[in-house]
Amino acid sequence: MNTSAIIIQNTTRRFGHITALQNINLTVPTGCIFALFGPNGAGKTTLLRLIATLAKPSSGDIWVSDINTRRNPHEIRKNIGFISHQTMLYDDLMARENLTFYGRMYGLQNLNTRIEEVLLAVGLKDRQRDRIQKFSRGMKQRLAIARAILHHPSILLLDEPFTGLDTSAQSVLSNMITTLKAEGRTIFLVTHDLARGLALADRFGILFQGQLVHEASTKDIGESELQTLYENKTTH
Amino acid sequence: MPLFFTQTLAILHKDLKTEWRTRERLSAMAFFALLVVIIFNFIYEPGSPIIKTVAPGIFWIATAFAGLLGLSRSYAIETQNDCLMGLRLTPVDPGAIFLGKMLGNTLTMLILQVLILPILVIFLNLQIAEALPRLILPILLGTLGFAAIGTLFSAMSLNTRLREAFLPLLTLPIFIPALLAAIESFRAVLTGAEITDWLVLSGAFVALYIAACLLLFEYVLED
Repeated sequence: MNTSAIIIQNTTRRFGHITALQNINLTVPTGCIFALFGPNGAGKTTLLRLIATLAKPSSGDIWVSDINTRRNPHEIRKNIGFISHQTMLYDDLMARENLTFYGRMYGLQNLNTRIEEVLLAVGLKDRQRDRIQKFSRGMKQRLAIARAILHHPSILLLDEPFTGLDTSAQSVLSNMITTLKAEGRTIFLVTHDLARGLALADRFGILFQGQLVHEASTKDIGESELQTLYENKTTH
Repeated sequence: MPLFFTQTLAILHKDLKTEWRTRERLSAMAFFALLVVIIFNFIYEPGSPIIKTVAPGIFWIATAFAGLLGLSRSYAIETQNDCLMGLRLTPVDPGAIFLGKMLGNTLTMLILQVLILPILVIFLNLQIAEALPRLILPILLGTLGFAAIGTLFSAMSLNTRLREAFLPLLTLPIFIPALLAAIESFRAVLTGAEITDWLVLSGAFVALYIAACLLLFEYVLED
């Protein structure tokens, strides 16, 4: 069994004349929470989109669960869950209908049972028949988590998942991320929030102007040290 | 059931359910079509002999322009909350997205046409009761062809600034041959003329449009 959930090798992504990512090399071990920090425009979301097979690298290769993203994106998508600050849910559908729709997209067996499980896990079982346009931002984000874990993905990609959440909803999300890690999932977290990222992650990286300028374990670093390091690495 | 059809039906079901709950598209389309017929009501004498000649054109003008209005909104629900990205993150076949959306657009337009026909009868005094069963196939073929290209181009115009202008500019020129066949077959039904050739032509265009759109849709969704 391979111990690396994500392997990024010499990956570059260009948009016309602009190089969004330059020669990225990174390995994320299975079962690890990896936090990627970086200022706006550093290329964090672009990297996440490449891992999620939503875009192809201009050069280099990415393997997710031992599958090259260029060769079999469909197989990779069965194995990843994606959570961003956008919920990717339909406002005019009920909570349960949203999950049923996504479950059918994944071709899940025993869908009703699985929906019950994830609704229970995110604490929305009582609201399953409500249209989600009535939900608060925090409730929508919890349902987005249910959507993302519905198909038992082994890898979760999180793109600024705390954006727009109040403090209590942020804590709920942090607890859920910890629970997901305890279940053995690999989590790739992109965030601006250094303190929260540090508290959750096993390893971290700093991306600046499309380059991975630092990568290390979170074991031996405190919040203030990380702040200093981040400032040093992200200034010209 | 193969996953492809499960995905197609799930997209169709979701689109129809959303439309049924909001009725955003259909109400705007129906009102627009009504206005088109009313305008023609002032141009032509209701019940005059020329009505049988011009009614098919009026019907398809109302359908095409009201349809464009609906098509430009058909991907709006996918842009809300970045749902299109959510859809692309699933192992869905792009062909299933296209077919699901196309069938949804076809059904919405067929409902619209069921509303337009009585309006034509009322405002233009058009006698179509006897011809109605023979009108079903030509209308269905024309609508399928229009929905196919419209679905492809509405996805293409999703990220353009002038989406509302871009869609008719792309869709109408390519739909013209099929539109001609649809109008002529409608007219042939009304005047009792031979319809087979027009139906074959319409069918050929529908097959061509759907096949081409299925092949191209994957590239439309790419970044």
